[in-house]
Amino acid sequence: MSKDKSLLSASRQSRRGFLTAAGGLAATALASSARAGAGNLANQPPNVPEWTRTLGEGVAVRPYGKPSKFEKDVIRRDVEWLTASRESSVSFTPLHELEGIITPNGLCFERHHGGVADVDPADHRLMIHGLVERPLTLSLDELKRYPRVNRIHFMECAANSGMEWRGAQLNGCQFTHGMIHCVQYTGVSLRTLLEEAGVKTNGKWLLVEGADSASMDRSLPIEKALDDCIIAYKMNGEALYPEQGYPMRLVVPGWQGNLWVKWLRRIKVGDQPWHTREETSKYTDLLPNGKARRFTWSMDAKSVITSPSPQAPIKHGKGFTIVSGLAWSGSGKVRRVDVSLDGGRNWWPARIDGPVLDKALTRFYYEFDWNGEPLLLQSRVQDETGYVQPSKAELRKVRGYNSIYHNNGIQTWHVQANGEVENVEVA
Amino acid sequence: MASRPGTCRQTVRSRMSRSPKLIIAVALASLAGSAALAGGSSEKPEAKPVQRFNIGRAPTTEEIRGWDIDVRPDGQGLPVGKGTVAQGEKLFMDNCASCHGEFGEGAGRWPVLAGGKGSLTSDNPVKTVGSYWPYASTLFDYVRHAMPFGSPQSLKVDEYYALVAYVLYLNDIVTDQNFELSNGNLATIKMPNEAGFIMDDRATSEKAFWQKEPCMKNCIAPVKITGHATAVDVTPEEGKDGKPRGVE
Repeated sequence: MSKDKSLLSASRQSRRGFLTAAGGLAATALASSARAGAGNLANQPPNVPEWTRTLGEGVAVRPYGKPSKFEKDVIRRDVEWLTASRESSVSFTPLHELEGIITPNGLCFERHHGGVADVDPADHRLMIHGLVERPLTLSLDELKRYPRVNRIHFMECAANSGMEWRGAQLNGCQFTHGMIHCVQYTGVSLRTLLEEAGVKTNGKWLLVEGADSASMDRSLPIEKALDDCIIAYKMNGEALYPEQGYPMRLVVPGWQGNLWVKWLRRIKVGDQPWHTREETSKYTDLLPNGKARRFTWSMDAKSVITSPSPQAPIKHGKGFTIVSGLAWSGSGKVRRVDVSLDGGRNWWPARIDGPVLDKALTRFYYEFDWNGEPLLLQSRVQDETGYVQPSKAELRKVRGYNSIYHNNGIQTWHVQANGEVENVEVA
Repeated sequence: MASRPGTCRQTVRSRMSRSPKLIIAVALASLAGSAALAGGSSEKPEAKPVQRFNIGRAPTTEEIRGWDIDVRPDGQGLPVGKGTVAQGEKLFMDNCASCHGEFGEGAGRWPVLAGGKGSLTSDNPVKTVGSYWPYASTLFDYVRHAMPFGSPQSLKVDEYYALVAYVLYLNDIVTDQNFELSNGNLATIKMPNEAGFIMDDRATSEKAFWQKEPCMKNCIAPVKITGHATAVDVTPEEGKDGKPRGVE
């Protein structure tokens, strides 16, 4: 099979003409570097810049703050040809521009199946019923009266990196790895609510369902529900954003994003799984023998170098260079991250900086003196269970090319002598 | 009789000892359904008295009935109703064909509902209701709560039965235009790919990914680039400078 074979039909192959004709292009992220290079000399030493000689905006002129206008390219983006409609589609987090481990609320990637439900919290109800002693209906205000927990977790779409199964296809880590975000959730432990309702002894599975026009429903095993799931109503301290499930969503730490039902309205306890569309037709992983894995809930250890990357080239030339990246695992904490400059032949330990949390993004750095020669950059994480992030070849050996989901293979960036970076595959 | 989907038991991971076997934390009964495994987790969390908060109220029967419309493979949850393939064909033309094509072949990028038989091991698997879906109940559950796209739950129960009958007909799962699908017989429909699924087996089939110490030096022979994303050229927006970017 040709390594460059894309997932696309031939009819979708020629996009360049159409896309550039679409107009309305964002100014490139390179603009900031251009400014650093030349810019307006009148504002640079020895001159006193205009913003030093004039009053700035007063307080509360912007009651809700926004990033600087010079950061206008740090935005979610979508890939038009991926889906038939925007209402059942995905946008991508600009990982290449972010640092640390917390994703700003407005940049968290979106994945909807029936658009963003516009829910009035006064009318929203959460119903818990089925195999329980005491069925429950809760308003948002009532949910907030239950004891609260705060947890930082990543949420990764099962299809993150799915377009890369057949080869290097999308040129930027926003597109190859951006179906992920990591925020601090505040909410109620699902266990607390299940104890309030009193799950009967034969209650083994939960059906969790959203209030959107897709009524997204999934089966969740009771053990996970009682372990660490949360019904969240705040993210990074403020109310969930509508596109993230306002006023409440399910948080299923370490497990595929599809289970994190947004606009959560119903939890039904039963004695067997439902085999809903989202766990039969979708979110099942086809193997080479024609059989498919089902209930592949957990997201395995994965990492990616966010900079340098195709959207974040090296612009400073030779010299001290910072490699920055993210690592995470649905099985627990990140134990170590290694970085390779030669496509996986030799590895160097990366430096982890910032918190290392259970089932959360973890930031790593590798600093080195770049001599200007081309590099094949890779990162490889090992989590606390001993699992080591596999190469794409190792994954394909087991799963073939048509899994769609759960691609946690090692990413290679080709850094060229001029600092440009490309998504490549190596062998 | 529709076969009963296997129940499954999950072992909650101990926070102290971790081994590959526990990673995915799921021990499964076979699809034949082992009674021994169906009994639930043997690991009980430490017993501490459960605090009751008495916040919220019990939903009424009427409230539950309005929302409780999910359906399981064994037929649990099917509403009383019926519809024939012939009735479904007309409804499909009026409500579904504009996206899914008159024969379920899919229009544009909208999902293909029929065909793809025998394609699952091929280079380009076509996963449809007939070639891939394990249970007819899923089709009814999904169509009834989420379709037509943009106006879900807008049809009557009998119309949903008829539509599902027609989609089964498009997939040669039922062959008689006068076939009437109902709450009495839906769970007896046998889907071609029911046996096509296995439980997540990563802990065993991918055991090699758990290692003591990852290799650090001379791990593989020197590599060459074998594929370029730029050769595929489908990344949104290449501007004049040729850098990947997006549409505002």
